[in-house]
Amino acid sequence: MTKKKVSTFFTYFFLIIGALIMIFPFYWMIASSFKTAAEYNSYPPVWIPSNWLNVSNFVEAFKAAPFARYFLNSVVVTVSCVILTSITTILGAFGFSRMRFPGREVIFGLLLSLMMVPFEMLVITNYQTVTKLGLVDTLPVLILPFSTSIFYTYILKNFFDSIPDSLYYSARIDGASNWKYLWRVMVPIAKPSLVTIILLDAIACWNSFMWTQLTIHVDKLRTLPMGLFVFMSDEGSNPQLQLAAATVCVLPMIILFLFARKYIVNGVARGGIKG
Amino acid sequence: MRVKIENLTKRFDDAVAVDNFNMTFEDGELVALLGPSGCGKSTTLNMLSGILPVTEGHIYFDEDDVTKVPPQNRGVGLVFQNYALYPHMTVLENISFPLEIKKVPKEERIKRATEMARLVQIDKYLDRKPKALSGGQQQRVAIARALVKQPRLLLLDEPLSNLDARLRLEMREEIRRIQQETGVTTIFVTHDQEEAMSISDKIVLMKDGHLQQVSDAQTLYDDPHNEFVASFLGNPPINKLYGYIKDGKFVLEDGSATVNIDNPNVKEGQTVVLGIRPEAIQLNQPQVDLTAVIKQRYTMGKEELAFVNVGNQTIRVYLSNDYEFAVGDSVNIKLRKKGSFLFDRETGARI
Repeated sequence: MTKKKVSTFFTYFFLIIGALIMIFPFYWMIASSFKTAAEYNSYPPVWIPSNWLNVSNFVEAFKAAPFARYFLNSVVVTVSCVILTSITTILGAFGFSRMRFPGREVIFGLLLSLMMVPFEMLVITNYQTVTKLGLVDTLPVLILPFSTSIFYTYILKNFFDSIPDSLYYSARIDGASNWKYLWRVMVPIAKPSLVTIILLDAIACWNSFMWTQLTIHVDKLRTLPMGLFVFMSDEGSNPQLQLAAATVCVLPMIILFLFARKYIVNGVARGGIKG
Repeated sequence: MRVKIENLTKRFDDAVAVDNFNMTFEDGELVALLGPSGCGKSTTLNMLSGILPVTEGHIYFDEDDVTKVPPQNRGVGLVFQNYALYPHMTVLENISFPLEIKKVPKEERIKRATEMARLVQIDKYLDRKPKALSGGQQQRVAIARALVKQPRLLLLDEPLSNLDARLRLEMREEIRRIQQETGVTTIFVTHDQEEAMSISDKIVLMKDGHLQQVSDAQTLYDDPHNEFVASFLGNPPINKLYGYIKDGKFVLEDGSATVNIDNPNVKEGQTVVLGIRPEAIQLNQPQVDLTAVIKQRYTMGKEELAFVNVGNQTIRVYLSNDYEFAVGDSVNIKLRKKGSFLFDRETGARI
C-alpha cells in the first residue's frame, strides 16, 4: 500500500516537473508581454507582472510593425491552405479508397514514395516553378504549393477504407450518387480524422517560415512568423515587445487546439472500437 | 411486383458463384433463399439489388429487364446483415435519407419517415443515434429505411443472424407482419432452415450456385428432390443407410440386413442411400423392417433419442415412452413410408 503511494508520488512528481518545464517558456512569454521594460530587466526576475491589464507592449509592437497586416496575411494564407487542402484531400482519399480505376495502386504507391522526398529538396524546384509563374511576392505563392498533401490523403484514405462497404451500397440503393455519399455519409463519419488533419495543416501553414522567407520580400505581404523574425532584429533591445508579438503569433494556434482537442481525442478513441 | 430470373450466372474470376439460375418470384410473396455458406444465395440477392453486376442472364422486374439498371434506379430496398445504418444520423434522419436524396420536401419526408417508424415500432427512438439502440431496434430502423421509399422489392440479407436467439424469434414474426402489412414482394437470405420454414411462403434451396428445389416448406420436407435437400432440412437430421439394390430390395452395405422397398424405379445392383427421417422410425411394431442395437441415449428438450446400430451403420431414432429401453438392447424397427426416401448414391437424385 505505502509502496504504491510512493510510486504514485514519484510518478506525479516527475510528471509535474516535466509539465513545468514544458509550460515555463510559454508562461514567460505571455507574462513578459505584460511587463514593463523595468520589470523585464530587473534582477532578481519578476515572475508575475504587476499589471496583467498592461497592454502597452502590444500597442507599441503593433505601432512599431504592421502586425495587424501580418496577422491578416497569416489568417488569409492559413484559411486558404486549409480549405484547399481539405478539398483535395477529401476528393483524393475518396478516389483512392472508393473508386476502381486502372493503375490505382501504382499511382497511390508513387504518390506515397514522394513523401520520402524532404521538403527542403522540393524548395528549389518549387521556387523555379513559382518564379516562372510570376507568383513571387504575391500571397498565392504561400498558398498554392501547399494546397495538397499526400500525407493527409493517405491518413484519410485509410480512414475511408475502414468504413464498411455496406454503407456505400446502402447509400447507393437509397439513391445517393458517389458525390452525395461522400459529403453526406463519409465526410461526417470521418469528422474526427478531418479535424485532426485540418488542425495539423493549420499549424503547419501558420508556422511556415522557410518558404515565406524565400518567396516574400515585400513587408506588407509578410505573415506573422516572418514579420516576427524581422521585428526581432529591429527591436533587439526591447524583449518585452518581442514577447508580446510572439504571444500574438502563437496564441491563435493554442486557442484552435483547445477548441479542437475534443475531436482529436474522440478520433483516437474511435479508432479502437469496431464499427 | 413479379421478379423473374433467367439463366442467371455469376462468375468471380474462375469461380462460379451462381450457375444458370432460373426462378420466378410472384407478386407479394415472402421467399427465403436458403442454403449453406457459399451456395450463392447472397450473390443472387446482390445481383437482384444491382450491387453486383451480372455475368450472364437476365433479371426482370415485371416486364422490365433491369439487368443493367444501376441500384438506385431499381426501386429496391435492401437490409444488410450488419444493418449499415449511418452512424452520424439519428433514427429519423436515417429513415428519411432515401427521401432526402429523392428531394422529397422536408415536411412530407418527416411525415412518411415517422409513419414508417411507427409501422416497425421504432417511433419512440426517433432522436437516437444507431449506437444507442439494441440490435433488434437497429434492424427495425434498417427495415424502415428500406421501406420508406416504397420499393417494389424488399431484399433482406441474413436479417436475423446478428440477433440473439430470443430476439430472432421476435423479429422473425415482425418481418412476417411488416411484409403482410405492406404487401411488398420480399426475398430474404438465410442459412437457418428453421427461419426459412417458419415465415416464408416459398423456399428456394441452393447449393454450390445451383438451384436444388423450390417449394413451400412442408413440401420441401416431405418430398425432397435429392439427398442434399433431404439432409439440409430437418432437426435432428435425416438418417442415411448406405446399401445397394438386390432383387428389388434394399440391402445394407455389409449385407447384414434387407429392407422391402416398394419402388418400381430401382435398378438391380444400383448403389443407393436410404434416407429415413427419425420420426419415420417406429420401434417394436408388429411389422419389422430392420433390427438394431441401442448404442447411446440422449435427450433433446422433451424428446428422448438414441443412436442405434443397424449392421455397422448408426442412425438416430426417437424412443417412445411405452417401452423401457436400455443401452445394448435389441429393438425392432419399422419404417414408415412417409419420411423414407431412396436416393441414388452417385447422383444424389431421388429414385
